Amino acid sequence: MANLQDTTEQILVLAAQHFSVPRAQLKPDDDFFKTLGINSLQALDLLTRVENHFHIELPDYELQGVTDFRTLAERIQARL
Amino acid sequence: MKDFRANTMSWGLRDGCVELRLHRAPCNEIGSESLVEFERFIAELETVFGSAHALIIHSELKSGFCAGADLRELFRRSQEVAPDARLTELREFLQRIHRVFNRIDAAPLTTIAAVHGVAFGGGFELALTCDLIIADKMARFCFPELRLGLIPGFGGIPRLKRDVGNAVVRDLLLTGRSFNATKAHGVGLVSQVVAEGEALRVARSTAAQLVKFDRATAIAAKRFIKPIPEEELRQEIEIFCDMFMHPAVEAGLRKFVESEDALPYLP
Repeated sequence: MANLQDTTEQILVLAAQHFSVPRAQLKPDDDFFKTLGINSLQALDLLTRVENHFHIELPDYELQGVTDFRTLAERIQARL
Repeated sequence: MKDFRANTMSWGLRDGCVELRLHRAPCNEIGSESLVEFERFIAELETVFGSAHALIIHSELKSGFCAGADLRELFRRSQEVAPDARLTELREFLQRIHRVFNRIDAAPLTTIAAVHGVAFGGGFELALTCDLIIADKMARFCFPELRLGLIPGFGGIPRLKRDVGNAVVRDLLLTGRSFNATKAHGVGLVSQVVAEGEALRVARSTAAQLVKFDRATAIAAKRFIKPIPEEELRQEIEIFCDMFMHPAVEAGLRKFVESEDALPYLP
């Protein structure tokens, strides 16, 4: 099973690919709304990609208060 | 049926299949203008009963299938209209929406919702009127109404109960969470999950298959296996209207409308 660092990296790569941002510009503690300039519909899009990638279900209420990639990774890790 | 493009949607007939294309930015929110155009569409649709064999409903917008009722318009009207008139206006709106959705539900065609992105609230309810839902893997389904102190008001609960087990209904309604397409397929809501961007193509391919079958037989089969829950649909309108007058609803709508996010769909 991937550790938290691996999971975080996978999310950063997914986000970079989907939102066409260089991976090097994203850091684990970045606020993904601000860094990616996305709204909540686009955040749900990211959630779907994350669920599909990790083969998990992550209820959207688990995203309450989650704004950075590392915390998102922690939520995902709890479902692996 | 001639091709027609209105402000919020357009439609046409292609190879015996009617296609209804939604295109009201930002995400096909259903308000009064959409309702008028839906009503016009239904009148047109009825002229091809007996010749068309399928109806596909899909969205032209990248943002998704449909994010539900136009909450901004709903809030605005609740502030503009006197309380006693508010309920009358709301009930009339719901009754008109129900008439449209009931006509789609019972249409003597095989109906397919080709879903990408969000099908939330009224958008999910629109998809549920269809015989089949074909979703691409980025689709999400949700009834977020509880967040506003409401229940779905466009017929969602009776139709969801018709299609899936009660545990799934409770999960969706009481948590307000969204299901992705894979989950929705797993619980029997979605007929096929396809690659991103492929829902409409697969819906057309499915519709092309249907033309092989005797229409009268297909229509009779549909009537037999897909009851319209008319009494529950009427009850839903009354429950919704009753809830709508609670202060929590105005507070929930205000929070949505005043959000800094232009599309505030996270819980």
